[in-house]
Amino acid sequence: MPLVKNGKITGDAFVHIADDAEIPGDGAVLISAARFLGDAGALSRRVGKTGVIWPNNRDVDDLVPYLDRVAVVALVFPSFRDGRAYSQARLLRERYGYRGELRATGQVLRDQFVFMLRAGFDAFEVKKDSDAEAFANTAKRYSVFYQPTGDGRVTALHRRMQLRHSESAGQ
Amino acid sequence: MYAYDELDRTLINERVAEFRDQVKRRLSGELTEDEFKMLRLQNGVYLQLHAYMFRVAIPYGTLSSKQLRRLAHVARRYDRGYGHFTTRQNIQFNWIKLAELPDALADLAEVGIHAMQTSGNNTRNVTSDQWAGVAPGEIEDPRIWSELIRQYTTLHPEFSFLPRKFKFAITASEHDRAAIKVHDIGLRLHKNASGETGFEVLVGGGLGRTPFIGKTIKPFIPGRDLLSYIEAILRVYNQYGRRDNIYKARIKILVHELGIEKFAKEVEDEWLAMGDSALTLDDAVVEDIRSRFTYPAYEKLPHMPDELKKAAHDPKFEAWRKNSVALHKVPGYAIVTLSLKPVGGPPGDATAEQMDAVADLADKYSFGEIRVGHEQNLALPHVARRDLPVLWRALDKIGLATPNVNLVSDIIACPGLDYCSLANARSIPIAQELTRRFANHDTANLIGRLHINISGCINACGHHHVGHIGILGVEKNGEEFYQITIGGRADENAEVGVLIGPAVPYGEVADVIEDIVEAYLALRARPDELFVDTVKRLGVEPFRERVYATR
Repeated sequence: MPLVKNGKITGDAFVHIADDAEIPGDGAVLISAARFLGDAGALSRRVGKTGVIWPNNRDVDDLVPYLDRVAVVALVFPSFRDGRAYSQARLLRERYGYRGELRATGQVLRDQFVFMLRAGFDAFEVKKDSDAEAFANTAKRYSVFYQPTGDGRVTALHRRMQLRHSESAGQ
Repeated sequence: MYAYDELDRTLINERVAEFRDQVKRRLSGELTEDEFKMLRLQNGVYLQLHAYMFRVAIPYGTLSSKQLRRLAHVARRYDRGYGHFTTRQNIQFNWIKLAELPDALADLAEVGIHAMQTSGNNTRNVTSDQWAGVAPGEIEDPRIWSELIRQYTTLHPEFSFLPRKFKFAITASEHDRAAIKVHDIGLRLHKNASGETGFEVLVGGGLGRTPFIGKTIKPFIPGRDLLSYIEAILRVYNQYGRRDNIYKARIKILVHELGIEKFAKEVEDEWLAMGDSALTLDDAVVEDIRSRFTYPAYEKLPHMPDELKKAAHDPKFEAWRKNSVALHKVPGYAIVTLSLKPVGGPPGDATAEQMDAVADLADKYSFGEIRVGHEQNLALPHVARRDLPVLWRALDKIGLATPNVNLVSDIIACPGLDYCSLANARSIPIAQELTRRFANHDTANLIGRLHINISGCINACGHHHVGHIGILGVEKNGEEFYQITIGGRADENAEVGVLIGPAVPYGEVADVIEDIVEAYLALRARPDELFVDTVKRLGVEPFRERVYATR
């Protein structure tokens, strides 16, 4: 499953560690939320980078105390129809100020990329190679956005106001 | 009319390009039908019994003549020459070809019409009072806010994959013509005790398998906080709405299971945590949207012009005027409803020729504007009263002057088993038969206001729960049967109707409805006691007796 980061297909530095496998002391790992919370103090002090796979039916509040010590939060789309992780992503970015990697995992398909980018995801475990290859072009599909989110894109409402101001300044 | 600017136009063109690419990938096999299904639904494309069905949004029920002509063009060029207006201010085309859909969308985009989110588990077309902006006594034009919500909900990055569909309706009049109490979120513009304008917010209304009347979650919220409060509701729903069972996934079930107090508290907590967000609408932003709604330059005209006095001698004209013409907020003007319920016709259908003709009449007599109401009729919102006689003659010629608005033959019906793959039973032929039974205008007038709503299955697209008489098609051992409810209503006193007894077979439905109406005529306290009021006063029992005594 190709990983897209910064708009490009890249290698994944993080190793998924199953719940019954041993966690190495160094090296970048991705572990489940249950396991992470079981020993969050020690895990967040590991030498290697630690990422957490957070399920979409658990409040992100439980993760908030550790946000400055995790390198990746991987949110899950069990099906592309299940949109709970979009809310989790926005909360992590916009309310709790999480700045690390926010990864979309599960059934991640081309036609969700723009929504995901706008919700704050910056890394994507894409299900199909062809979709991963189309990432850069797909991300440019839209140039107009109606809603303010934490991604910094200016909304149509505010662009209109800016246009109005520049028009009246020019007169 | 709201005028799209460059930004709105760019966005819908980008959407058309995206959908064209999606269709291409589907036709090449790159997308599976399962993957494509959600994408097409988000663009209003269903797979029906015979073909793809294409549902186009008419936000808050307002159309320009240019837009209506373009809908006629789509009907003619890509369909079979007609369209079906729905109960949610959409129009449906029933015979569209998948490969041609992107072109149809591109043609519509040129006049600022789209099909975004007319189906799928997302925020649907925002509906409003079809008399918005022209009804006397209105607080203000609710379409300004409808448009703000339309923009806010279009391609929302967080709420495009909700547990289930989500519908908004807004009214600003005391009399609710937008059925806000049976929507996921209903909004009522009103003034609070200190004279400020804001919204009462209702949540969790809906029909379908488990009907609920919406409950007030916030008695008053100022306009500046409207979008942030909506976002709080949607966020709570997106996270906690049920996804394990499609029939329990609407917000009404979440509200019901938590109870309105607990649900309201969840929303309030979320809303307070959001704080003063970028969603807060300052006056300048609202004014900018308001400035792009244009209103006609009304003339100073008499209420009783000579043309009208003269025409009053024609009983046919008078019957139509009394039935289909309503008071306008500007003296000398009128709101004219165009019945899409001719005797023997399928409710809500219009041919391409009728659409073109209505567009021409709108240009001539209604400042180029047309409205679509949830009762599946059209309206011309700005007609000078002196033009009523000539307009009537023109409407009569194209079959749109049936004087049955709000009467027993003004039936709401879903497409039913004639088109729909979900249906258990036919709706349209039942409606057609009823319009024939009640074709006599004097009889219909004597009966007075009476709404019959018909759904061909439990999904309730024909709003049967809130019909004064509701007819629901069910299937029993491979045969079409119909459950009949009475006493429902969709207005400010919304109620769900009560079942009167066992379901009846297809062939008996019209007889049963006639029996119910006869019972009402015998039971009503006064000639002006409406059917629903008689049912309220007496309950269903006397009607049940009448219907089942001989069956």
